[in-house]
Amino acid sequence: MNLHNDPTNAKAYTRRAFIQNSALLASAALTVPAFIQSSALAMPKPEQGLSSIPGVDEDRILVIIQLSGGNDGLNTVVPYRDDAYYRLRPSIGIKPDGLHILSRNGSNGAVDLGLNTAMTGIRELYDEGQCAIVQGVGYPNPNRSHFASMDIWHTGELSGTGDGWIGRYVDAQCCGYGKGESGTPDGSLEKQVEPPIAIGNEAPLMLTGRNMMPVSFESAELFAWAGKKYSEDIVEEHRKLTDMINERIDHEKDSNNAFLLRTAMDARVSSDTIRRAVSEKPLVNYPSSNLAGQLSMIGAMIRAGLKTRVYYASHGSFDTHANQPGNHARLLGQFASAVQAFQNDLRAQSNDTRVLTIAFSEFGRRVGQNASNGTDHGTAAPMFMFGPNVRGGFHSQHPSLTSLDAGDLKYTCDFRSVYAEILDSWLSTSSKDVLEGQFKHLRVLNT
Amino acid sequence: MGTHATTTQPDRIETSMLPIRDEEFGYREARHLLWRAGFGGTDEQIRTLAGWGPKKAVDFILDYDDIPFENDSPTAFDHNIMRSRTREENMALRRAQQAGDENTLSKFREMRQSAQRDDRRQMREIRHWWLTRMIQTPRPLEEKMALFWHGHFATSYRTIEDSYHMYQQNRMLRGLALGNFRDLLLAIIRDPAMLRYLNNNQNRKDAPNENLAREIMELFSLGEGNYSERDIREGARALTGFTYRDDAFFYNDRQHDEGSKRVLGVYGNIDGDGFVNAIIRSPHCAPFICAKLYRFFVREIPTDTKALEGAERTVVRSLSQTMEQARFEIKPVLRKLLLSRHFYDPSVMGNKIKSPVELVVGAVRSLNTPVRNLTTVARAIDTMGQSLFLPPSVKGWDGGRAWINTSTLFTRQNTLVYLLTGELAQNNTRFVDRTPYDPRLLVSCMNDPRIEGDPPDELIANQVMDFVLGRRPYGAADQLLSAAYKVDKPASSSGIRTMLLLTTSMPEYQLC
Repeated sequence: MNLHNDPTNAKAYTRRAFIQNSALLASAALTVPAFIQSSALAMPKPEQGLSSIPGVDEDRILVIIQLSGGNDGLNTVVPYRDDAYYRLRPSIGIKPDGLHILSRNGSNGAVDLGLNTAMTGIRELYDEGQCAIVQGVGYPNPNRSHFASMDIWHTGELSGTGDGWIGRYVDAQCCGYGKGESGTPDGSLEKQVEPPIAIGNEAPLMLTGRNMMPVSFESAELFAWAGKKYSEDIVEEHRKLTDMINERIDHEKDSNNAFLLRTAMDARVSSDTIRRAVSEKPLVNYPSSNLAGQLSMIGAMIRAGLKTRVYYASHGSFDTHANQPGNHARLLGQFASAVQAFQNDLRAQSNDTRVLTIAFSEFGRRVGQNASNGTDHGTAAPMFMFGPNVRGGFHSQHPSLTSLDAGDLKYTCDFRSVYAEILDSWLSTSSKDVLEGQFKHLRVLNT
Repeated sequence: MGTHATTTQPDRIETSMLPIRDEEFGYREARHLLWRAGFGGTDEQIRTLAGWGPKKAVDFILDYDDIPFENDSPTAFDHNIMRSRTREENMALRRAQQAGDENTLSKFREMRQSAQRDDRRQMREIRHWWLTRMIQTPRPLEEKMALFWHGHFATSYRTIEDSYHMYQQNRMLRGLALGNFRDLLLAIIRDPAMLRYLNNNQNRKDAPNENLAREIMELFSLGEGNYSERDIREGARALTGFTYRDDAFFYNDRQHDEGSKRVLGVYGNIDGDGFVNAIIRSPHCAPFICAKLYRFFVREIPTDTKALEGAERTVVRSLSQTMEQARFEIKPVLRKLLLSRHFYDPSVMGNKIKSPVELVVGAVRSLNTPVRNLTTVARAIDTMGQSLFLPPSVKGWDGGRAWINTSTLFTRQNTLVYLLTGELAQNNTRFVDRTPYDPRLLVSCMNDPRIEGDPPDELIANQVMDFVLGRRPYGAADQLLSAAYKVDKPASSSGIRTMLLLTTSMPEYQLC
């Protein structure tokens, strides 16, 4: 029976290819996150300070929180002096005495807005100047499908196609090529770049590039091979088998097998580091919500000194078609208390100045409520940005509630302006290499 | 190198659609056939098919109607849970609304909520039933095709909230799985779940709803760019009045637009069937369906059939010619594909990423593991991203590399750990399963009467890899044997189980 190649030949081939083809070595190295190489896995003590070194961009971290399902912006940041708001939302409109009325600050002084009463934690951050609210964020020709609109936000492209905008940024960092070029790396490997880390069992499109895939994990216990529960003794062989992956990758090139081997290598090298990091008790107490759990793990990874620059968490579902008020308040409350605990944690670690946290949703909801005490899919909504480096207060303009587009808000800020500022000012890259076109900064960041 | 001479890799892939010769069809090829046209096979099944040769093997898989198996009975599940309100109930509800009778109104609400709870429970039972059927069936291609059509005519329970309608659709897709594509389209425009999912129950003469008309052409039959906006508008008019009552299709002639329409170049007082006929006449239909079948059975290619190049273009064209000659019968197309030399090209074999369902069902079937707890297994499949009856959108599942990330990769490996050992990654010992499992029969040298005593170690390790992976990654045998010796000797039940644990943890196991 003609089953397989002679294994001795396979061995010869592998070794030869491994030595001869240095380009292939580069592609293997690409897949090995730096923390396998660094022996600095020991937990740095917070007081020793991984604190921000001014001017050192590599130190900065971006945390992205996705509010999934379409967050109702108008009941999050409430225009309580606008009669049209109460007229269009007779039963779900929130009265002023149920709001956190916000003081005037930020670039757009006139504030007649209040935060949903559930958002005490964010109100406190706002009062400390650590919360920026960008109003009316959206894009032209809004798409009201969850999937399609999410793809637009994730890619930073109005067509919603292509790689994720963070994925393109990471690709540009590691391999020196940006948007619009063909899929082959130019071979230059200037910097060792860590893949972004997403909490959950999906690889968000936003973090997915052509070369770099994010590392996704749901929890520490699920992020390791469970075979050791059958026998601790065989863990060593399992480890050796996985470490041999590098030798198997090189002659596979672009096959699905090569892709799997690379992903397995990512999983292998990040598993120990991540699990060790998140097993540490946080410096502050986090609430018990799912989002708080995600942010506490991200806090732990930052504290452990991972070189990862982008983290991703998600919260939802905000798809409040029916019986909105109670459900929406619960979600916003969890959001606010989790973010506040996270900021406290970062401060306790002295890492707060290194971290920018942003929150977005695929769309807001219609201005008028529906017949089920809820709201249907709409358009523009506020974005939140947190941290000591934001200019606290309001940015951009609140959309008009009377000059509508078929019952929907007209956006006042293109979401790509926010992306562009983050790329240029926070991640110190060139936004025009990552985004299609150039977008004016709102100057939300204090950089 | 010349100025614009790019060294393009010559397309070395076999493009011949002629049948593979008997002598080219060995263990690897039979294994490949069993995985792609089903959910893998045991070592014994692979050897049997290899012995039969390609023609008999493919016929056996295709002509599954000849293999007796229990039918999916229409009464296996309760059709009444989400029944609509009776006329009496409606009258009572209206009276209560008018009188502001909160008591009665809340009773109606509770009735509705309790029905929804029961229905979600039944939906879980139907999911378990289908998984079990896939695991047990002697006609694997039938379930594989039902899975294909479920992803093609993707309909989600989340929107329609009627488990019996999902079950009905599943039965319909199974019954027509290898029949005629025109019959499938005719059935899908009469299917209550689909009519509800794409809002055709709201498609009325005076207020057409274009959702079904659009998706039928874009996703189910022709592909984007192969029809006009006008075809959508007129197609929607053709489908007016195609709705359902309770569990059956209902043609509401009062809501049907009797005017003349022009759809895809066909003119007249067209109804839903006429719309389907116009679609079938389009030159884009056969290539679109054949490319979709190719993607499911062979490898990932672009969804836009006009973008196909080289080998893919040649092969899809050849398949669509067969489909048109066979007047849209599906079986001849699959026969041609599964027998073709192209299908057994080395670059095709072992280079497809298993879907979560293929991974799990295939593991149980080929490794003969216990099913253990079905709820646990079904949940693992959800976590891997393929919730049956809950596809993410009308586009179905993306498939391919989209299945794989570091999180799902661990879930995949750990689900195999669970099937092989009953141990869970979660630190919860309550769900650990102690059903015994003896894998010795899986490895043919262990049962070879010509071998006295234990077979040689290397032979055992190699046979495990040939059977489980279809390849022998360099250096792996040493690790398998070393691990087996830590637990027992390689030629023991726990020794082989240990080797299976390590083999299925290798990234290569995700391929078929």
